[in-house]
Amino acid sequence: MEPLLFFTFVLAIGYGFELIAKVPSQLHTPLMSGSNAISGITIVGALIAAGSAHEGMAKWLGLFAVIAAMINVGGGYAVTDRMLQMFKPKESGK
Amino acid sequence: MSPQVIDLFYIAASVLFIVGLKMLSKASTARKGNQISLGGMLLAMIVTILLPEVREYQWIILGVIIGTGIGIISAKIVKMTQMPEMVGLFNGSGGLASLLVGAAEWMVIDYNYEAYAANHPNVGFTIGAIYFTELIGGVTFIGSIIAWAKLAEKIDGKPVLFAGQQIVNGVLLVAILICGIMFIAQPTSGYANIIFAIIVVLSLILGVLAVIPIGGADMPVVISLLNSYSGLAACAAGFVINNNVLIVAGALVGASGLILTNIMCKAMNRSLANVLFSGFGAVTESAAGAAVQGEAKPISAEDTYYILEAAKSVIFVPGYGMAVAQAQHVVKELGDLLTENGAEVRYVVHPVAGRMPGHMNVLLAEANVEYDQLVEPPDVNPAMETVDVAIVIGANDVVNPAAKTDETSPIWGMPIVEVDRARTCIVLKRSLNPGFAGIQNPLFFYPNTRMLLGDAKASVSNLVAQFKDG
Repeated sequence: MEPLLFFTFVLAIGYGFELIAKVPSQLHTPLMSGSNAISGITIVGALIAAGSAHEGMAKWLGLFAVIAAMINVGGGYAVTDRMLQMFKPKESGK
Repeated sequence: MSPQVIDLFYIAASVLFIVGLKMLSKASTARKGNQISLGGMLLAMIVTILLPEVREYQWIILGVIIGTGIGIISAKIVKMTQMPEMVGLFNGSGGLASLLVGAAEWMVIDYNYEAYAANHPNVGFTIGAIYFTELIGGVTFIGSIIAWAKLAEKIDGKPVLFAGQQIVNGVLLVAILICGIMFIAQPTSGYANIIFAIIVVLSLILGVLAVIPIGGADMPVVISLLNSYSGLAACAAGFVINNNVLIVAGALVGASGLILTNIMCKAMNRSLANVLFSGFGAVTESAAGAAVQGEAKPISAEDTYYILEAAKSVIFVPGYGMAVAQAQHVVKELGDLLTENGAEVRYVVHPVAGRMPGHMNVLLAEANVEYDQLVEPPDVNPAMETVDVAIVIGANDVVNPAAKTDETSPIWGMPIVEVDRARTCIVLKRSLNPGFAGIQNPLFFYPNTRMLLGDAKASVSNLVAQFKDG
């Protein structure tokens, strides 16, 4: 199992480099906050920890992990959308 | 659902992240890209809730409501000028989440090691992954908090350097390494819990020490680097819970954050190591004062108006000061009045102007500045002599000619906006003190430079009023 996980990791890193090679500077901030929202994917681990009926302490940690991850997810996507909304009228105005 | 079907859904979520990120890097598709990526996130969350091991929902519902509420409300009320602080905080909460996920899994392992090992033959690998999750998550969390505090000026933005800093860092790294070896080698020993706690504490200290020596003007690099770390933390958490979607999404963020960091470093003509370890901006008195000569010539708003009225070509060079004064709307108003007056108006955005990659673009977009008026330094520098007036608003280091003329300057070699070659250069500044980085700017003493002192927003509003009266 583990070699496969590493393989996935290496592929994704390489693909990540490829993906963002040329970005206009106008998009640096939205790209950063948008990818920051994606890093909230750790919510998957948080949900499992909070929902799998373990002993007390682990569950508390799970709850706080869900809160922290959802701040990242909810805030990250909302703020990125708010910024990109501002960029839009200019596109149509051209 | 069978494990295979679940994996298929996770792969679908990963594909949505990849497509979303790709679209996010092009202006015309960016907003849609963000929504697609959100779709991937929701899909991954729904699939996770349906997993057989997720049996209780009350904690999940509570956590999702609280977290989403805090996140969305702060995203709605934050001012565009405070965006770097906000992104820093979101980033820190992501790092904290990964750290907690790792800690929760460790609690489960520690509670009954034999039972866990029976179900997970690779428990040693999992424990190693937990170690890295705590390390990266801890550094991301505290590092982001420190970066936030510096940006929000809760603490001094200047680099903090002390004697023996490198030694302290070295000792800390060795201690983290030793704890890691002990933790991974003997997870069943009685003191494994204490070692785990020490690892978390040491990671937090490392996060503090990693960010305090970095000056405020270098924050674009730090913010994008921490963004990369938060991805790697999620990635490490993915190895802990054996989940592909975490690894793919985390690695994508890690890689894209690193690219952005590299772009920022190039814009300052410095290496990443130099940004992270040099304590840039903590320049000594002699180096800072070497270039000072002559006297800065102040100018009144009225005289500025006469110069601007006659100008045929005007460029604005915004910097962090424009964000602080929240002057972007009046700047755009002045720009429009100048355009009506027959001048060619352009806004020159330096890649590291502000405190976050693309900071100025966001502010000018908020003020509805036309996209084709935004240019980068290489677009204007060759024909700078034809520019009648260059208006510098709260920018300092990115227009400092010492980068070209003074080899002893800390910013020597950094590509700048060469406003010193414009016919007239008007610098809007609160006072004659050196900028955030503490470096003296010889531009202020050039014969063609005039200083319009005062709050940037008030000064520009004053100019706008004069144009309307005239």
